[in-house]
Amino acid sequence: MKLNTNSNVYTICYAAVMVIIVAFLLAFVASALKDTQDANVANDTKGQILTALGYDKATIDVAAVYAEKVQDNVFVDGQLQAYDGNFNTTYGGLIKNGELHVFTGKTANDEQAYVIPVVGRGLWGGLWGYIAVNETKDKVLGTYFYHESETAGLGARIGEKWFQDQFVGKPIFGADGEVALTVTKAGAAQAENEVDGVTGATLTSNGVAAMVKDGLTAYKDFLGGAKCTFEKECERSCEAECPNKGKCPHMDECQGECPNKAECQCPEKPCEQTDVEQ
Amino acid sequence: MSKLFSDENKAAFTSPLNVNNPVAVQVLGICSALAVTSQLKPAIVMGLSVTVITAFSNVIISLLRKTIPNRIRIIVQLVVVAALVTIVSQLLKAYVYDVSVQLSVYVGLIITNCILMGRLEAFAMQNGPWPSFLDGIGNGLGYAAILIIVGFVRELFGFGTLFGYNVIPQFMYEAGYQNNGMMVMPAMSLIIVGCVIWAHRAYNKEEVK
Repeated sequence: MKLNTNSNVYTICYAAVMVIIVAFLLAFVASALKDTQDANVANDTKGQILTALGYDKATIDVAAVYAEKVQDNVFVDGQLQAYDGNFNTTYGGLIKNGELHVFTGKTANDEQAYVIPVVGRGLWGGLWGYIAVNETKDKVLGTYFYHESETAGLGARIGEKWFQDQFVGKPIFGADGEVALTVTKAGAAQAENEVDGVTGATLTSNGVAAMVKDGLTAYKDFLGGAKCTFEKECERSCEAECPNKGKCPHMDECQGECPNKAECQCPEKPCEQTDVEQ
Repeated sequence: MSKLFSDENKAAFTSPLNVNNPVAVQVLGICSALAVTSQLKPAIVMGLSVTVITAFSNVIISLLRKTIPNRIRIIVQLVVVAALVTIVSQLLKAYVYDVSVQLSVYVGLIITNCILMGRLEAFAMQNGPWPSFLDGIGNGLGYAAILIIVGFVRELFGFGTLFGYNVIPQFMYEAGYQNNGMMVMPAMSLIIVGCVIWAHRAYNKEEVK
């Protein structure tokens, strides 16, 4: 007997059976591979953190180096506390809940560093990244950025090393104590807080700029951004030169001796808070 | 053996490479040619993934072709392609994570690529698994070839690099040479595809009517 492949019953049965088979197949594949995939994702995230710290993740044993060099901490009530929960790979929700993860570790050059996870929006999908800052929390030591689905060859180039390396050594805060690190149009970076964006990917570059600003601003208490950069500079030079060590937040005591006297005139408002912090 | 590589089968494999090229002659898959060709490497990755997926979905549909109800055949084809692409991407994610990160952008583009649907509908529904497999490989490679040409031109003139390595020597830049920003724009790939089609038709005047 030849099957009538055009009958309604056959068509419906065929569709139903096909859908059930495909559904089972996909469910089976997804659940069978989930553990391996999660392990890969976690390992890849560790690799990203290490990249921000200046390691080349292709040439090292990521899991081992991570375990040796990096600790996962949470910033709570002004204190860094060790975090021994599951290694988490999504920070967007956590940051919204006020759970601020900070990874402490040593860079490839053996400098003490803090790594801050940031998340944001690109043109087609999410962006994320890790920014390593130095011990005094005012300069970038390294970055890692990646994306869900930016255009290959354009926005996707934020994942390339030349883009990420541009951030190295940039100061985070501007003279007013706010996060000033930003991404400009390609080739337009002038000020020391600016890096070049990607040609032909202005919206992705803007997304990175917004992500860096919002992400670092969320960590402002931790980074101590309320201190203005001039004041920090002055404080440092004064500590060496000034007899009244450590009293520099009160500028007038420093006026006579501070070598960068002119630059010590900080804008008043953001700097007032530093007295409390000191 | 002789049957496996009969003239007919050979034609199924070679004709899409040239006289029946899916992009240049059938004008299929233009959208992805536009999206992923600003650099050479993604163009190659995309070309190879489409080749593999076209070949295997062709085989599956060809095996099922006598049972598929005519009225829902497009849906069946789509389900097969989508399931195949999803499974492959899951496997890649589990065993070659780096490649899957590279491919993540393309998975959606592969499912919607009209070359796949076109070959399933036009070839696999009428032919056996082995010719269908060859047809899939041939069309995939024909598609990849165009992508690579476009990617080559765009990366060379748009960024001055190939595979990310600088190839335009520094003294050219000093002499006033500049990378062409137009090349980076997606619209430029359509123009290049147009030029490729033009060259292709001029060369194959007899075969292409």
